[in-house]
Amino acid sequence: MDTILEARNLIKSYGQHTALSGVDLTLQRGRLIGLLGPNGSGKTTLIKIAAGLLTPTAGEIMIDGKAPGIETKKIVSYLPERSYLNDWMKVADIIAFFKDFYENFNSDKAYEMLKRLHINPQDKLRTMSKGTKEKVQLILVMSREADLYLLDEPIGGVDPAARDYILQTIISNYKEDASVMISTHLIADIEQVLDDVVFLNYGQIALVSSVDEIREEKGRSIDSLFREVYKC
Amino acid sequence: MNWQFQADRPIYTQLVEQIQMSIIAGTYQPGEKLPSVRDLAAEAAVNPNTMQKALAELERSGLLYAQRTSGRFITEDSKMIQELKDELALQQIKEFLEKMKTLGFNSNETIAMMQTAIKEMK
Repeated sequence: MDTILEARNLIKSYGQHTALSGVDLTLQRGRLIGLLGPNGSGKTTLIKIAAGLLTPTAGEIMIDGKAPGIETKKIVSYLPERSYLNDWMKVADIIAFFKDFYENFNSDKAYEMLKRLHINPQDKLRTMSKGTKEKVQLILVMSREADLYLLDEPIGGVDPAARDYILQTIISNYKEDASVMISTHLIADIEQVLDDVVFLNYGQIALVSSVDEIREEKGRSIDSLFREVYKC
Repeated sequence: MNWQFQADRPIYTQLVEQIQMSIIAGTYQPGEKLPSVRDLAAEAAVNPNTMQKALAELERSGLLYAQRTSGRFITEDSKMIQELKDELALQQIKEFLEKMKTLGFNSNETIAMMQTAIKEMK
């Protein structure tokens, strides 16, 4: 099966407010996908539904042919926009915790990445800067051998040098038949690692295309196209 | 290798050009084994699928050849590398001549100026 995620007429409302109004989307395996859109366009809502944290108001979403639930959570590795880890824990303890919790968690990979980023596994999260905490979270998420990675704003808080390493980490750590969906505003920083982009606008899909198609047809970067499409 | 990309052109064509350049410049020697797709992609900070596409293109042109289990190698055909070198040089010269034409110099004037410039650079 080549499709990892399929959404059909997906709708999500929070009371009066509609966050997603009829999203149709198919994601293939083995792709790096950028989920792009201005604030409030529904990026986080879409990711949370795919991660099984929110239930859609209407429509359906399938991960590897299954509705979000216990089975899909085993193969989906999700990086939330906010930290949910306990501040008093040491990185090494959290790794043990993840190892215990997820069958597909690879501790060796996690320790190797920590070393590359000069993070001491014996440090407590509380003593770390915001950027370092973000790095730890991303390491945890990428150390799972998942089929679908959902990364909500993974590089926002880290410095440009670490950003490069993190992008390399993402590139070199997913299996060939796994897919990675990254939501971000920092388009210029990530567009060269993406296969495809999905533009969201007011809870609807505005554009789905491959990065090189856009560059070839329009002779411009995704960043500049985004700025034009969403001009305020 | 120092990878750099322009914003307005497809990334894979730029990868093809940059790998061609490093073969011509001898960064990669004839017959040398190329790093894996993943390693090259990580080094250039690009998507592995895009790198794959670029390498496939270079394979089609004969500049690289794949050995089923052991990876990709640079061609040992030094004539082919020389031809590519000539081709790229000619391309550069044509672009330069176009620019000189825009500036209002004919071929003879351009050649004369080039000779002066070459003397100055010595």
